[in-house]
Amino acid sequence: MSELSTNHLLGIKYLNSEDIELIFKTADQFKEVINRPIKKVPSLRDITIANLFFENSTRTKLSFELAEKRLSADVINFSAASSSVKKGETLIDTVNNILSMKVDMVVMRHPNAGAGVFLSQHVNAAIINAGDGAHEHPTQALLDCYSIKQKYGDLKGLNVVIVGDILHSRVALSNIFALQKLGANVKVCGPATLLPKHIESLGVGIEPNLIKALEWCDVANMLRVQNERMNMSFFPSTREYVLQYGLNKKILDALPKRITIMHPGPINRGVEITSDVADSKQSIILEQVENGVAIRMAAIYLLAAKIKHK
Amino acid sequence: MANRQLLIDSKKIHVILHRLANQLIEKHLNFSDTVLIGLQPRGIDLANRIKKILEEDYQIKNIPLGYLDITFFRDDFRRNEKPLAANQTHIEFLVENKRVVFIDDVLYTGRSIRAALTAIQSFGRPSGIELLTLIDRRFSRHLPIQPDYVGCQVDAINTEKVLVMWQEKDGEDAVYLVEK
Repeated sequence: MSELSTNHLLGIKYLNSEDIELIFKTADQFKEVINRPIKKVPSLRDITIANLFFENSTRTKLSFELAEKRLSADVINFSAASSSVKKGETLIDTVNNILSMKVDMVVMRHPNAGAGVFLSQHVNAAIINAGDGAHEHPTQALLDCYSIKQKYGDLKGLNVVIVGDILHSRVALSNIFALQKLGANVKVCGPATLLPKHIESLGVGIEPNLIKALEWCDVANMLRVQNERMNMSFFPSTREYVLQYGLNKKILDALPKRITIMHPGPINRGVEITSDVADSKQSIILEQVENGVAIRMAAIYLLAAKIKHK
Repeated sequence: MANRQLLIDSKKIHVILHRLANQLIEKHLNFSDTVLIGLQPRGIDLANRIKKILEEDYQIKNIPLGYLDITFFRDDFRRNEKPLAANQTHIEFLVENKRVVFIDDVLYTGRSIRAALTAIQSFGRPSGIELLTLIDRRFSRHLPIQPDYVGCQVDAINTEKVLVMWQEKDGEDAVYLVEK
């Protein structure tokens, strides 16, 4: 199979395991491309992509933009802070105005869950969800799983624990879907106030104790505590969070096996993980970032292939 | 496979490959500045064979051989019904100032070679590029591209396909003409 089953990348929920494998296989080739002396291919030279960021982002935006440029697409950037959205323009109006400038694909980050799905029903362009509220962040989950696959060869039967702020995390939900579709076992670990109700209905285990969770897993994905989304107190103090759920070198070294540490960034050093853990040999955080460009190139390339030539 | 006609048998392929190897030696002598690039997907089998003959029968060792995939450089992206799956590119050297020999099984429209000429630039600026092909479908060209080393010329119409089979992959060395 060499074609995605969908025309948009709105969430991992809408992909099947063949789609994910196809994205991985294509990313393998792009990873080779981005390590060449000249890191660019001309595939998308007649495609224009708009990056619409209604919410702040550094690495995701850079990673998408780099991926688009390495594919030779024309790129326009938009961020809500400096736009007419502030003047009261609706999402559909904003996007349709941009599309009338002949844009073929939209990469969108939005603070509201479902914004990507909504847009895909109302505008005529391929949509990539670069994060919608606390819902999904599909390319992050793809690059996380790709990084795990690169280290272990296969995800089947691997034990992966997602630690921290599951409630506010779109990375967690997308990762749960992706890991399960690829056959991994998933547990979540964090204070009860930061675990969504009914999370077990997704088929994930709950382990409130960090040490037990780490002893169980092969891979630990340490999420960031999202202070900006917390409009009330979910734990008494940062210090208390660190004591219960912060991962330090002492805990890591005391584990019976060498587990792999991941983090979607940006890291609050000294909160969810300490610096010596983040920079240790067991951490694949920087591989995640490199793989992010290859994965996004693959996703964009495969979606662009489905846009009919006019 | 219905309706296929044998064009070249294994004995003749053996002779052709040795002739091609000899022609390469005539031009490149000890291959000190030459690199071989097999084009994915089907050119790499021919490239491996040529390298093997040069090494085993003519004692020319250490010729750099790479595989180049041209999928992302094609000019028909989004013009086909289904996207083409990419293959692995594996080139562990730079081609800067090298004499590059592209190796492919069938030269047809010339569009793959056009893409390969662009793709190889990602690995440096070669001092020259040549093309070796087992089969030259000489009357089907879309672009002004000609091979430097030809195994055999085949005149086939557009509804026919020339299929090159290799012992390692397909169980026999043979070239067939197939109705599409």
